[in-house]
Amino acid sequence: MATTSIYGENPYHEDVLTHTISVLVDNEPGVLARVIGLFSGRGYNIESLTVAETRHKQGLSRITIVTSGTAMIIEQIKAQLGRLVPVHSVSDLTLDGPSVERELALVKVDGTGEKRVEALRIADIFRARPVDATTESFVFEIVGNTEKLNAFIELMKPLGLVDLSRTGVVAIARGPESMEGQD
Amino acid sequence: MANVEMNGSAIVIKALHDQGVDVVFGYPGGAVLPIYDEIFKQNKLRHILVRQEGGAVHAAEGYARSTGKVGCVLVTSGPGATNAVTGLLDAMLDSIPLVCLCGQVPTHLIGNDAFQEADTTGITRPCTKHNYLVKDIKDLARIMHEAFYVAQSGRPGPVVIDLPKDILMGMGEYMPPTKVKHKSYNPRVKGDISDIKDAVKLLAKAKKPIIYAGGGVVNSGPGAAQLLKQFTQLTGFPITLTLMGLGAYPASDSQYLGMLGMHGTYEANMSMHDCDVMLCIGARFDDRITGRLDAFSPNSKKIHVDIDPSSINKSVRVDVAVVGDVGHVLEDMIKVWRASQAKVDQKALKQWWKKIEDWRAKDCLAYQKDAKVIKPQLAIQRLYELTKHRKDVYITTEVGQHQMWAAQYFKFDKPNHWMTSGGLGTMGYGLPAAMGVQVAHPDALVIDIAGEASILMNIQELSTIMQYGLPVKVFILNNQYMGMVRQWQELLHGSRYSESYMQALPDFVKLAESFGAVGLRATKPEELDDVITKMLETENSVICEIAVAQEENCFPMIPSGAAHNEMIFGADVDTENAVSEDGMVLV
Repeated sequence: MATTSIYGENPYHEDVLTHTISVLVDNEPGVLARVIGLFSGRGYNIESLTVAETRHKQGLSRITIVTSGTAMIIEQIKAQLGRLVPVHSVSDLTLDGPSVERELALVKVDGTGEKRVEALRIADIFRARPVDATTESFVFEIVGNTEKLNAFIELMKPLGLVDLSRTGVVAIARGPESMEGQD
Repeated sequence: MANVEMNGSAIVIKALHDQGVDVVFGYPGGAVLPIYDEIFKQNKLRHILVRQEGGAVHAAEGYARSTGKVGCVLVTSGPGATNAVTGLLDAMLDSIPLVCLCGQVPTHLIGNDAFQEADTTGITRPCTKHNYLVKDIKDLARIMHEAFYVAQSGRPGPVVIDLPKDILMGMGEYMPPTKVKHKSYNPRVKGDISDIKDAVKLLAKAKKPIIYAGGGVVNSGPGAAQLLKQFTQLTGFPITLTLMGLGAYPASDSQYLGMLGMHGTYEANMSMHDCDVMLCIGARFDDRITGRLDAFSPNSKKIHVDIDPSSINKSVRVDVAVVGDVGHVLEDMIKVWRASQAKVDQKALKQWWKKIEDWRAKDCLAYQKDAKVIKPQLAIQRLYELTKHRKDVYITTEVGQHQMWAAQYFKFDKPNHWMTSGGLGTMGYGLPAAMGVQVAHPDALVIDIAGEASILMNIQELSTIMQYGLPVKVFILNNQYMGMVRQWQELLHGSRYSESYMQALPDFVKLAESFGAVGLRATKPEELDDVITKMLETENSVICEIAVAQEENCFPMIPSGAAHNEMIFGADVDTENAVSEDGMVLV
């Protein structure tokens, strides 16, 4: 039996797109739970989420979310975010002009001998910095866009990758405009 | 005036006074005792003691929807708060402004699994517009005022304030409400004028227009309903209303096509399906309205006016969107319409009306009369006929077949007189809601149209009704089934009536009497008018039980998974094949 549903079926068959959304919120207890609860409750995807206070004096935090969905779902996500009371502004960095995206990863690689040398050599090509070293391990710090990090991590796997920690994407629009206003 | 130090509970009560709250529905408990102590010491704020917290929230909803004011609830921590949850979500889905004050264990015990502790802000986060946990008494007065602002501005909704007991007992400063701009929440009320111009342009060119209006018009205030009437009559367009919008346009007017949607009229649904321009005002293309989405009004340009940007393009893509309060937008629309001297194609409109009249002639609400058994439709019709001359009649309903029959056969000419649980479909809503309406309008006639199953979900509130001498009338259509469940089982599950028969029902007359109310019963059609008249003449609260045809179904109906032009009617139902295989999985 076909499982059509008046809720789920989308008559506007469209491609699924990935968008990076930046949300400026009051840094108050529960605000992250509101945002995450909105995504889980309405069945939206979160591919990556980062949050930190960005303006201490005004008590503002910036949440960067990478999400995916059809154009209609993305529009809905932004409208739903805008409806939350502690949300000041929502900006779609994928739509609203060019932006810069960065992610940081800490990559732990164990190994000795040739593999160890090879890991260092590749790290150099990727401009990854060793931030910790023992005789049998390195921790590399690498900054870049998600694809660059993925490529580096793939190369490190056969060379003894044992541990990995990623920040998730942070992003900001290019050009002089601010979404936060002045101090 | 210098700010005065007082305890937290006094700050709460002072804030309620300053916000103009005259009544609060509540139930005491350990964590809120300090507030109850303050209530005891004053006379301005009236407290209505309910019998279960769920009743308090529905009562506040009835109060809010019939007055346009914010409804106020006071419950204790833990089970008090969790009992309130259903009502909060009900208010959320139907956009009813509420402020619900919940007690909480003292701040140092939060997270300790203390007695009657619940993570109230966590539990209520997805079922409120916003919620607060007050952790510092310095924030208390501001949060109280902010809660009222959030509850009633933009798209209204419920707001919870969680109040730990040590905050209620500590000393702090009171701050009067000020008209400061909220730092992040400032919803837009005026619609963008260029969007409005686009909308008017589209409407003026329409050959087969329809106006589809909803609860947003009621929420916007009586002025918005007036403007809607003005605009509709200015254009000569047909208009249909959603379940939540009933009363936003006078049902007695000839341009009104009745309710639309799953149990809406044939003429309303066919007009929606065949129109070329649709103006949706303060409604949200709910799945009970649209039916099958990919067959919903396939050839129309759609205009959507809504205060909530997230309603736009949520399920149906529209061509022109106007974000703003419907009252403001309608005012501008009328101005633009007049200024542009928009002229409708009268010939086309006349043809369109002719088509609509043909659909109307089908008389989709007709039902088979019966000389021996009371038809539920007849019961509602007689109730309407015998009350329509009265000035102030408020109807609440529970949820199920009786609710749909009430929506179909009771006619409303004014907004704020129809209270029903539309979005959440909460059985047990009607009795406490009627109680809240009667508290707000002590001299009005307030009737809860109920089913025998729904009424038992909050029957305890009859005790509250008696305590405060509220003359609420309960009009039960008793078919001894959960009628809507039975109807779906008949249409979808081969008439296998699994658990939908109400066995061991109480004697409703004796039940009324045991509470001190008056019990009446009609079992034959010839008794109906007398019993209704007696009910209306009784000053006390009445339970009026009408024994109705047991297996009557609610028609017309758009079956699940069908389109607007695929309605089924009472006379020609093939129950075996009424719902397609695909439709069976739908709710």
